[in-house]
Amino acid sequence: MTPKIRAQELSFYYGAVRALQDISVEIQPNLVTAFIGPSGCGKSTFLRTLNRMNDIIPGTRVEGRVLLDETNIYGPHVDVVALRRRVGMVFQKSNPFPKSIFDNAAYGLRINDLAHGRAELTARVEESLRQAALWDEVKDRLQESALALSGGQQQRLCIARALAVRPEILLMDEPASALDPMATQRIEELVYELKKTYTIVIVTHNMQQAARVSDHTAFFWLGRLIEYDRTDKIFTNPAEKLTEDYVTGRFG
Amino acid sequence: MIGSATARRRVLDVGFQISALAILCLALAALAALIVDVWRDGAPRLSFDFLTGFPSRRPENAGIWHALSGSIVVILVTAALSVPIGVAAAIYLEEYGTRSVTARLIEINITNLAAVPSIIYGLLGLGLFVRTLGMGRSVLAGASTLALLVLPVIILATREALRAVPPSIREGSYALGATKWQTVWYQVLPVALPGILTGTILALSRAIGETAPLITIGALTFVAFAPDGLWSPFTVLPIQIFNWVSRPQPAFQVNAAAAILVLLALLLTMNAAAIWLRDRFQRKLQ
Repeated sequence: MTPKIRAQELSFYYGAVRALQDISVEIQPNLVTAFIGPSGCGKSTFLRTLNRMNDIIPGTRVEGRVLLDETNIYGPHVDVVALRRRVGMVFQKSNPFPKSIFDNAAYGLRINDLAHGRAELTARVEESLRQAALWDEVKDRLQESALALSGGQQQRLCIARALAVRPEILLMDEPASALDPMATQRIEELVYELKKTYTIVIVTHNMQQAARVSDHTAFFWLGRLIEYDRTDKIFTNPAEKLTEDYVTGRFG
Repeated sequence: MIGSATARRRVLDVGFQISALAILCLALAALAALIVDVWRDGAPRLSFDFLTGFPSRRPENAGIWHALSGSIVVILVTAALSVPIGVAAAIYLEEYGTRSVTARLIEINITNLAAVPSIIYGLLGLGLFVRTLGMGRSVLAGASTLALLVLPVIILATREALRAVPPSIREGSYALGATKWQTVWYQVLPVALPGILTGTILALSRAIGETAPLITIGALTFVAFAPDGLWSPFTVLPIQIFNWVSRPQPAFQVNAAAAILVLLALLLTMNAAAIWLRDRFQRKLQ
């Protein structure tokens, strides 16, 4: 299988501090890839290099390449706006816009001019809310504020918002870390559903979650990629001692 | 031992509460005394004829329509000039500007400009608008001067409001493929709008009470007509009040008190509008 994303000797700097060191990794299409590791290990930073979200932080610098379908997204003529439409993102803390539920789901379609006419817009909003398993809960109150939803619903709305523009890849940065177990379970079921259509990369603190939802797992430690393999291999028979210590809870 | 320490802390807590309340009452009492005093002097003089009348040598015939309409026209033109420029400048500085040395210098300058005495702006307005640009002693010259005066305050208030918008909202917008302008226009500005409005209206409330810069640029102290355009000569309420207070006849003092009440009412209306607008937009966001 051709990898969807290929990072090649990627290093990342916050000012003079090197947060990522020579990361090389291949992410396969239509699978869930989990990034695990202790806080500050660089897993979130790496995730954000995949849709160039780090660009908006002043004083940061990237070395190396990230190939998305064989095109370097850090190349000279890349349109970052178009890139982010192909690589959607869901954040750790749900961040619905202070607008109605409908307007949240429709925002990406409107700004990218993806829906022509009211009917298509409504249809695509419904499609995205259904994909995020939120439609039945909100179909009667689409004009109400998104901030009135529960935490778990807000996060699923953020997922719907990201799906509405039909990205190819969905990056999820600890999407369930602020949610209760029930809401977490719904998000995990959703991830399982969504991988049929999308390539998913998920950062998580929770090792059981990585084991449950992912096909491949990458273990990061101090800005380095220590080990990357099939999830069952990482959790049952890791090649590196450091990985074993981490997944068995000896540190981190 | 623990009990006595807790008791002492409780006494301190109550003590602080009482002293804060006392200071608040003192401030409110001063304001109340001022209003009651002016009300006693001026209220009997308030009438429809007073509001719609024009100045006269005879105090009982004098009205304030020329000054009231002058104030309103000047403040509207001031707002039209200063709000777009101020908000745009703040957006540039906050969203587009880099953290360079030049940006820092501009920032410090704006903060300092907000503290410059208003009469200095009057001198600038006299030199720049009245003489160099040849606007004369017109509504436009007065409003331009006041616009310069409130511009730093509007920029500072707008920047504060923009800074208070959570970064997560910007990130969410960028992550969906929004450009910088789309993010600012559709997400950041609506959230910051209540703060921008409040800051702007408070700045304009300050401008409506200004006398010194307008006297400096030569706004007339005796005008017998309402302004009829941007190039019309004008006067404003504070200047009319200043004029009446300096007259020896006691009846003019009464007129001044009545005019102060009108100015206060105008100010309170503007502040009430600020609060109303802020609440309205905040409710819309929730």
